[in-house]
Amino acid sequence: MSKLVAASRPPAELLLRSAHVIDPNAGIDGAHDVLVRDGEIAEIGAPSSLQAPAGAQVVEAEGKHLFPAFVDPHVHLRTPGQEHKEDLETGTRAAAAGGYCAVVAMPNTDPVLDHPALLRGLLMEAQRDARVPVGFMAAISMGLAGERLSEMSELRDVGAVGFTDDGKPVADAGLLRHAFRYQRLCGGVLALHEEDRALSGAGVMHEGAVSVELGLAGIPSISESTMIARDALIAGHEQARVHFQHLSAASSVDALAAARARGTRASGEATPHHLLLTDEELRALDSNFKMNPPLRTQADRAALVQALREGTIECIATDHAPHSLDEKNVPFEQAPMGTTGLECSFAVLYTELVLPGVIGLEVLLERLTAGARLLDLDVPTIAVGRSANVCLIDLEAHWTIGEAGYESRSSNCCFAGREVRGRNLLTLADGAVAYRERAFALSAA
Amino acid sequence: MRNLVSIDDLDRPAIERIVALATKFGQVADRPIKKLPSLRGRLVINLFYEASTRTRSSFELAAKRLSADVLNLVSSGSSVEKGESLRDTVATLSAYGPDAIVIRSPHAGAPALLAGWTHAAVVNAGDGKHQHPTQALLDCYTLTQRIGPLDGTNIWIVGDVLHSRVARSCIQAFRMLGAQVTVAGPPTLVPDEFTQLGATVAHSIERLREADVVYALRMQLERMEDSLVPSLREYTRNFQINARRLGARQLLMHPGPVNRGIEVSGEVIDSPQSLITDQVAAGVVVRMAVLYEVLAGEPPEARQPDGQAPALEPQTA
Repeated sequence: MSKLVAASRPPAELLLRSAHVIDPNAGIDGAHDVLVRDGEIAEIGAPSSLQAPAGAQVVEAEGKHLFPAFVDPHVHLRTPGQEHKEDLETGTRAAAAGGYCAVVAMPNTDPVLDHPALLRGLLMEAQRDARVPVGFMAAISMGLAGERLSEMSELRDVGAVGFTDDGKPVADAGLLRHAFRYQRLCGGVLALHEEDRALSGAGVMHEGAVSVELGLAGIPSISESTMIARDALIAGHEQARVHFQHLSAASSVDALAAARARGTRASGEATPHHLLLTDEELRALDSNFKMNPPLRTQADRAALVQALREGTIECIATDHAPHSLDEKNVPFEQAPMGTTGLECSFAVLYTELVLPGVIGLEVLLERLTAGARLLDLDVPTIAVGRSANVCLIDLEAHWTIGEAGYESRSSNCCFAGREVRGRNLLTLADGAVAYRERAFALSAA
Repeated sequence: MRNLVSIDDLDRPAIERIVALATKFGQVADRPIKKLPSLRGRLVINLFYEASTRTRSSFELAAKRLSADVLNLVSSGSSVEKGESLRDTVATLSAYGPDAIVIRSPHAGAPALLAGWTHAAVVNAGDGKHQHPTQALLDCYTLTQRIGPLDGTNIWIVGDVLHSRVARSCIQAFRMLGAQVTVAGPPTLVPDEFTQLGATVAHSIERLREADVVYALRMQLERMEDSLVPSLREYTRNFQINARRLGARQLLMHPGPVNRGIEVSGEVIDSPQSLITDQVAAGVVVRMAVLYEVLAGEPPEARQPDGQAPALEPQTA
C-alpha cells in the first residue's frame, strides 16, 4: 500500500475566521469559520460564529481564501545522491510554501529507487525531514535501464505509490507489457515519461521554427505522441491503469483522448510551464527554459489548456526539477533539463489562466488536487472530520517570483521575475502547520 | 557597438559601416607596411573551443595588424581539457584585463553568456550551429566589392543549411542589405521552417539559374552517417555545383574548407567566377573592422581629435 510520510509535528489547534472557503470536491463556496482541533477539521460555521477554544490560535482570514491544499504527483526531490540540488527537507519546504500538502517523488535518484531496502531507508529519512507528507514512486526497470523489471510487488508492500522510469521512456514495449501485467498482482499506477529517443535524438528544445532559427537540435512533438499512442494501446490490451506524465503536445492530447474514448484507464498530467509558456521563450537561450519535454508552440499550449479545462488532462503536476546554479549557468546545449515549480504553480496559473477567464478557479483547484485521486491517495477535502489539508491564499497580493529567494535549494525557476497575483500565507498538511509566511502572524485566542 | 554576438546586433547602416571600414583597411593592406597603431596596448584574447584554421588565424592577424597584443587559447592542452567550466575560464582570463575576447564554441549561446560575465568586448567567431556573424560580414564585403550594392540580388545558399551557422548569419545579413535569399537542398537538411527567417525554400536546384550568386555549403560526412542523406554520391548527383549547373554570369561562394568534388566541382572552384579566395582575403580586413568597431566605438572620422581616438594612419616606424 502507498505510504506517505512526514516528520511528526504537533497537530494544529486553529480557528480560521471568516475565510472565503472554496472546495469544489466538498461543494463549498462562501465565507465560513473553520475550526481545526487536534489536526482535524472540527467545525465549519458561519463567519464569526465559532469560538476559539483555549490554547487555539486565531487566524483573522477575512478577505483571504481557504482552499484544499494541493497534491503534486510529480516532483524531483533529488534524494539520495543529488542533495546539492534538493533534499527531502528543502523540497517539502518548497511544497509547503506553494500550498501543497503532499508530493510524490520520482525515482531517478542516485542510486535509482529500484530496491525495497532503498525505499525503506527513504521512508525513514522522510519521517525525519519531510515537512509535508511525501510518497515515492519506484522505478519500473532496474536502474532505469529498461531491461529488467524492478521487484514491483515487494516495493508496493514497502509503500511505493506507483512505478515510473521518469526521465526516460520505457522503450521496450515487451518489458512495458510485462509491467502492466504485473500491476494486476501488486497495484500501483504506471506513470510514463513518453519519448521515442530515435525521434528526439540529441534534441535540446522543441523542433520547429525557433529551433531552426537558433540552430539547436529539435525534439519533434511526435517523439512524445507516438509513444503515448503505442503505450495506451498496450495498456488497453492488458486492461491496465496508465498515467501519462507531463504532456507537452497537441498530438499527445489527441492520443490520450482517443485512448480514453476506447475505454482505456488512462490519465494525463500537464505542468504549469507547458500550460503557460512556448518555445518563443528560448530565443535568449536562457537554460532555465530548457526542460524535457520541451516547451512547444502556441497551438500545443492552447490544446493543453483546453484539455485541462475539459478534463482530458485531469491534473496539474509541476515536475519540480531542481538543478544547482553551476549546472545551469553553462551554454544552453550543455545545461541539464528541468525547472523548479512548487513555490509558484498556483500563482502563475491563477494569474495567467484564472484572472483572464480562461479557466475557472474551481477547475484550477480541482486539477491541483486531482493528482491524489489518480494515484489512489486521499483527496484533500474541507469537511468536518477530515484531516486538515488546507492553504490560505491572499488572491489580491501582488508579488514577483523569486523576489525573496526560494525555499528550494535551487533557483532554476522558468517563471523567475514574473509579476503574479495570489500568495500563499499558510499551509496545513495532514493536520499540522507546514508553512506560514514570515509576515503573517497567528494570534493567541 | 559593444559586442558582436549575432547579426541581430547589427542593422543595415552598421553592416555598411563595417564594410566601408574594411575597405579602408583593405587599402592599407596593399601598402608595404601593413600595420596600424589603432589598438596599440590593447589585449585581444582568442578563445577557441573548436578546431579552426582560417577564422582563428585571420582574427590573430587582424588584431596584430591593428597593433593589439594577442593571446591565443585553444581547448586542447589548456585548463578546459581539465574540466574547467566556461565561467571559470572566463573569470581567469578576465583577470588579465582583456579588451576583447573572440570566442569560438561548439555550443549555441556561449558568446552571449560570456558577454554577461566579462567587461571585455565579446566577438562571436562561431557558436554551435547558431551564428557566425564575422563570416557573414566578410561575405557581404566580398560581394559588395565585386558587384556593388546587394539590393535585389538573388542569392542561393545550397547544401546543409540546417547544420550551418554560416547560413543562419548570411540569410540575415544578405537580407538586411536588400538581397533575396533562397535556401536549397534535400528536405532533411533544408526544413520548411527556414521560410520563417525570410528565405525561400527549394528542394531542388532546377531553378538555380535564377541566382546571381550561388553560395555552396560544406557537406559533412557525418550527415550521411545520420541518414540525412543516403550517400555523398547521391547528394553530389542532386546538388553539386559544377560547370554544367553554374552559368557564366553567376558567382560562386563557399565558406571553406571546401570538399572538392562533393558540394562543388574542382573546375568551378578554380574558375574566375569563384570568390572563394577573395572571401579568405576579406577575412582579415573585415575582422580588423569588427575589432576596431567594438574597441574604438564610432568610425574614426566621427571621433573628436582629442588624442583619444585611435589613429587610422600607418605606423611610420
